Amino acid sequence: MREITYMQASTEALQEEFRRNDKLIHLAADVAFELRQEFGEARVRQTPVSESAFVGAAIGLAGSGFRTVADIRMATFGFVAFDQFVNQAAKITYMFGGQARFPILYRMRNGLGVSAAAQHSVNPYSMYMNVAGLKIILPSTPYDVKGLLKTALRDDNPVISFEHMALGGVKGEVPEEEYTIPFGQADIKREGTDVTVVALSKMVYLALEVAEEMEKQGVSLEVVDPRTLVPMDKDTIRNSVAKTGRLVVVDEASQTCGAAAEILSIVVEDDKTFSRLKAPTKRVCGLDVPVPFSQPLERYVIPDREKIIAAVNQVMS
Amino acid sequence: MAIGNKELIKLYRTMLTIRRFEERVSREFLQGNILGYVHSYIGEEAIATGVCSNLRLDDRIISYHRGHGHCIAKGADIKRMMAEIYGKKTGYCKGKGGSMHIADFSIGMLGANGIVGSGLPIATGAALAAQLEGKDRVAVVFFGDGACQEGEFHESLSLASIWKLPLIFVCENNLYAATTPARYAIPIEDIYKKADSYAMPGTVVDGNDVVAVYEVVKELVARTRAGGGPVLLECKTYRWHGHFEGTYLPDVRPAEEIEAWKKKCPVARMERRLLEAGILTRQEIEAMDKQILAQIEDAIKYALESPLPDPEEALEDVFSV
Repeated sequence: MREITYMQASTEALQEEFRRNDKLIHLAADVAFELRQEFGEARVRQTPVSESAFVGAAIGLAGSGFRTVADIRMATFGFVAFDQFVNQAAKITYMFGGQARFPILYRMRNGLGVSAAAQHSVNPYSMYMNVAGLKIILPSTPYDVKGLLKTALRDDNPVISFEHMALGGVKGEVPEEEYTIPFGQADIKREGTDVTVVALSKMVYLALEVAEEMEKQGVSLEVVDPRTLVPMDKDTIRNSVAKTGRLVVVDEASQTCGAAAEILSIVVEDDKTFSRLKAPTKRVCGLDVPVPFSQPLERYVIPDREKIIAAVNQVMS
Repeated sequence: MAIGNKELIKLYRTMLTIRRFEERVSREFLQGNILGYVHSYIGEEAIATGVCSNLRLDDRIISYHRGHGHCIAKGADIKRMMAEIYGKKTGYCKGKGGSMHIADFSIGMLGANGIVGSGLPIATGAALAAQLEGKDRVAVVFFGDGACQEGEFHESLSLASIWKLPLIFVCENNLYAATTPARYAIPIEDIYKKADSYAMPGTVVDGNDVVAVYEVVKELVARTRAGGGPVLLECKTYRWHGHFEGTYLPDVRPAEEIEAWKKKCPVARMERRLLEAGILTRQEIEAMDKQILAQIEDAIKYALESPLPDPEEALEDVFSV
């Protein structure tokens, strides 16, 4: 099978869906050139540096019959438009009693580890998870990003796609044939028997490296990638933990009230799964500090190989 | 072309419907029969009426918390509005929105927004849709002097301008945003003058003169339909009641000011005009009033007799299927 980058896979997803649907519009502060070349200025538009305006415009456009992609670029710029996300996009279907559909894809680049400092190093997905009405996807591989973006572009609801900044150049197998990945379907990236490691976004790669390493020491890790946070595939996660009896969640985002906390909760609150636990559940998350610039400081904040190994050893002991 | 008698009567009827609707809703709220927040449109009827009378069914409007007037003027069913205000299953939003979030997408009423300023960006999207559809539709967004203080006002006018959107910005300047006077919070007195900063025409009109509003909007709509781009219209007006019904927020406005504006009642003004021109007799006006009051009574009855939603319905409509 051919190998393409995460970036190429996401571009393909958009190109294919733009060809499929001529009422699909793209909004972004920097023009998506390839897309504009093929589909023209009317459909691929450059927005001014006004996030509230174009995040909101996407809502009005979608509610008036045009599917819309609004690319916020860095996730941190989304905060400026937070009201449009949480009071408008999230609630508009519901508070109007389902009178209209709002097919919107919001794309954001999240993540740490690139020396971008506090304001440009964010993983805000759990903030949006706490507001009902937004679907949230977190694709980690080229295969996943293409399949999930295509599904997002056929979903009649506001979807936020968090795509880690450092994954653009990562290569992976992506079929030429048409495929989509449904929301609410986790992917077991590596099967194992001793510990379930649920990993989010870029942490999937770290978890897989640790799994490879620890295999040699006779510890078998099962790496589960939820792929979508809303809706979340609770069954796959619970079944995996019921099988292994041990859970470590790895999330680059800050620990307090993060997505990892939600994942731990859905496991321990389920009677069946809880009864199979052999050890308390653990999470390895970003530290609760604004992300610092200097490399040794930033590295200290981010989950790394040592921290994951330590957590696995803890649940194994 | 001068406005015909039939149209004048229609304008009056719409204003009187809004007035009687709002009076009744206010009464019911104060008696404890309506919950939450009600923001009365009394005093501003000429604006919703004068603007919406120029619109087609396929034109889109977006409103804000003081939105009952715009719904009625755009052609909403007052029974379903009342049911929604009463939180009933038969309401426009199945009881999920209430007074602040009435919408009727089938008539191009894309909803009342509860966050000051937040409807403006959404309206730019609705206007972009109109532009892309190529059927000379327009979009209208209603907002107050409060919204002009929000960043989204600036962003939306700017975006509408650079994309030449068919969007009519209608500012209902009633001089107060809750308890914040416009003369304090806004550096210039005339909001329409801000239009210059966005390279669009700015117009001002007496918001209590429905014929004046109608006539100026007629021109603006024609211009916008023809591809002239967005415009800002400031309607000078005043609300009779406080920011919302009830006594939680003190009404900081001087009593003399309120009384002076009540003398400029847009409904009474139009009534005088119709009588003086011999277009309607006093008996005809009273008959119309009686008819409207009966319709509102029916709407109340409909609301009272409609069932509340089943509790489990709270879980529906989070997402479209």
